[in-house]
Amino acid sequence: MNLDFEKNAPEIEEKIAELTKQKATDPNAKVDDQIVGLKKELDKVLKEAYAHLTPWQTVQVARHPNRPLLRDYIAGMCGEFIELHGDRCFGDDKGIIGGFATIADSHVMIIGHQKGKNLEDNVKSNFGMATPEGYRKALRLMKLAEKFKIPIITFIDTPGAYPGADAEARGQAEAIARNLTEMSQLEVPVIVVVTGEGGSGGALGIGVGDVILMLSNSVYSVISPEGCASILWRDGSKAPEAAEALKITANSLFKLGIVDEIIPEPIGGAHRDYDGTLQAVKQALLKHLNILRRVSERKLVDRRFEKYCRIGRFKHR
Amino acid sequence: MGWFRKKEKPQEVVTEKKDLWTICPSCKAHVYKDEWDKNFSVCPQCNFHDKINWKERMDILLDPGTFREINDNVSTADPLEFKDSKGSYAEKAEATKVKTGMKEAVITGRGKIHGIRVVMAVMDFRFLGGSLASGTGEKILLASEYALRHKYPYIVVSASGGARMHEGIISLMQMAKTCAGVARLKKMGIPYISILTDPTTGGVSASFATMGDINIAEPKALIGFAGRRVIEETIKQKLPDDFQTAEYVLDHGFIDQIVNRKEMKNFLYKVLRYWKAK
Repeated sequence: MNLDFEKNAPEIEEKIAELTKQKATDPNAKVDDQIVGLKKELDKVLKEAYAHLTPWQTVQVARHPNRPLLRDYIAGMCGEFIELHGDRCFGDDKGIIGGFATIADSHVMIIGHQKGKNLEDNVKSNFGMATPEGYRKALRLMKLAEKFKIPIITFIDTPGAYPGADAEARGQAEAIARNLTEMSQLEVPVIVVVTGEGGSGGALGIGVGDVILMLSNSVYSVISPEGCASILWRDGSKAPEAAEALKITANSLFKLGIVDEIIPEPIGGAHRDYDGTLQAVKQALLKHLNILRRVSERKLVDRRFEKYCRIGRFKHR
Repeated sequence: MGWFRKKEKPQEVVTEKKDLWTICPSCKAHVYKDEWDKNFSVCPQCNFHDKINWKERMDILLDPGTFREINDNVSTADPLEFKDSKGSYAEKAEATKVKTGMKEAVITGRGKIHGIRVVMAVMDFRFLGGSLASGTGEKILLASEYALRHKYPYIVVSASGGARMHEGIISLMQMAKTCAGVARLKKMGIPYISILTDPTTGGVSASFATMGDINIAEPKALIGFAGRRVIEETIKQKLPDDFQTAEYVLDHGFIDQIVNRKEMKNFLYKVLRYWKAK
């Protein structure tokens, strides 16, 4: 996918790749200086391009097909991952996955949306749009974490909950509502990371936590900019305007007090540098795990309740 | 009346005549307005349940003279300073307030149902489609906390298209906030009854409205998460007419009963008698 605001960055990258290849076949090729120069230029171009993204451009980055997905984070961050399947009611959603995992010395429960890297995977996981079974599996794993007294980390990256007739029949609304209700009372720490698209109720359904983290180029919104534009502007092509008005970027959400910390992405976005992104997320998680570990169960629940009470509490005469 | 007023008279007669009848939006039957009103805006011919405002709802459900409003100071806020092609949200909200005499899409308070003290929250579809936003969420939460403190059963009547886009993420978070309130009632053993009326969709169906210890709906009410058009586009199929009706939702196990409007108060009373019964 080409992002037009990246200007000539893709061409520079192509050139660097070419020269690197040349060097691999011929170790005597005198291309090192050229590569260093090009890399400097690339950094400069990308830094400029990403310094002032519009909200709509940020949406494009947040949805980039090469962005790291939950399985990438798990592979790069976790020493171990024991995947657990099924909601014990109906099925096993591939749009939300989860299981026991270790991050450094910490034992945690990881749960999150899983999009696909290709069409075949995306068909399996409904493009990361979870069904009621996904939300019910997530809740089952959260309750398991509570029983085992280990922290929960959820990863959010979804266009929204799956809008299908079967999902309605099996209670999509009830499944999300139940999670919101139960998550508010979990007696273990819950850390939420928005890594890509935070699509409305489908995101919030696994997104109630003690700390909400967001990657710098991710978005989180009550409705997609396209959806909002087609309703309020009566024109889906006004999505850029809607994206601006809805205040969906990490910066805006931090200012609104919804997001507790923004995790900066490497230069040029998470899709360019998996290692850099994964390390940044891992460090942020370890930091907050350490802080939350010291809070008593009782206090965790009380504080979480207070946190959500404060959202949208304004002074009224 | 002076002779010069006579000119206006024919016009008045026309309006009076129009006011005499209500045409049922569903079966198109002509019903005497008096009869329509006495029947709580339910069509005597086809049992169509028309939308009613918060005051009519309170009058139907609560003993006369027992309603006391709480938190009536909470109003809309404009945290995003939202503007769309038609203008600012602030202006739109202001106009809605003038039109409805309400400050938010929900009215909360306490009252009695055949003598049993309850806390009520009633959503009003006239106010921006009953949408859930900061003020709505705040009032629904404050009312549940009031119920918790006084140990009164909590009853919420929903009528909402979902979260209010104009308050963006703040609206979305009210789903979590209201559910956190519901969770505390559950923990402390306070009954919570949810009444789903036409329509209860989107972020309201995906939060407090489906979380009642008992969920009740009015006949034919639209109840669902995603919009019909979105679903049809996703699955590339036409949906059956009864999709997402109260009857459909009952059939799929998500509500306890469909109750006619005029029987609703007695139903609530009958159920509440079981709380701490000997």
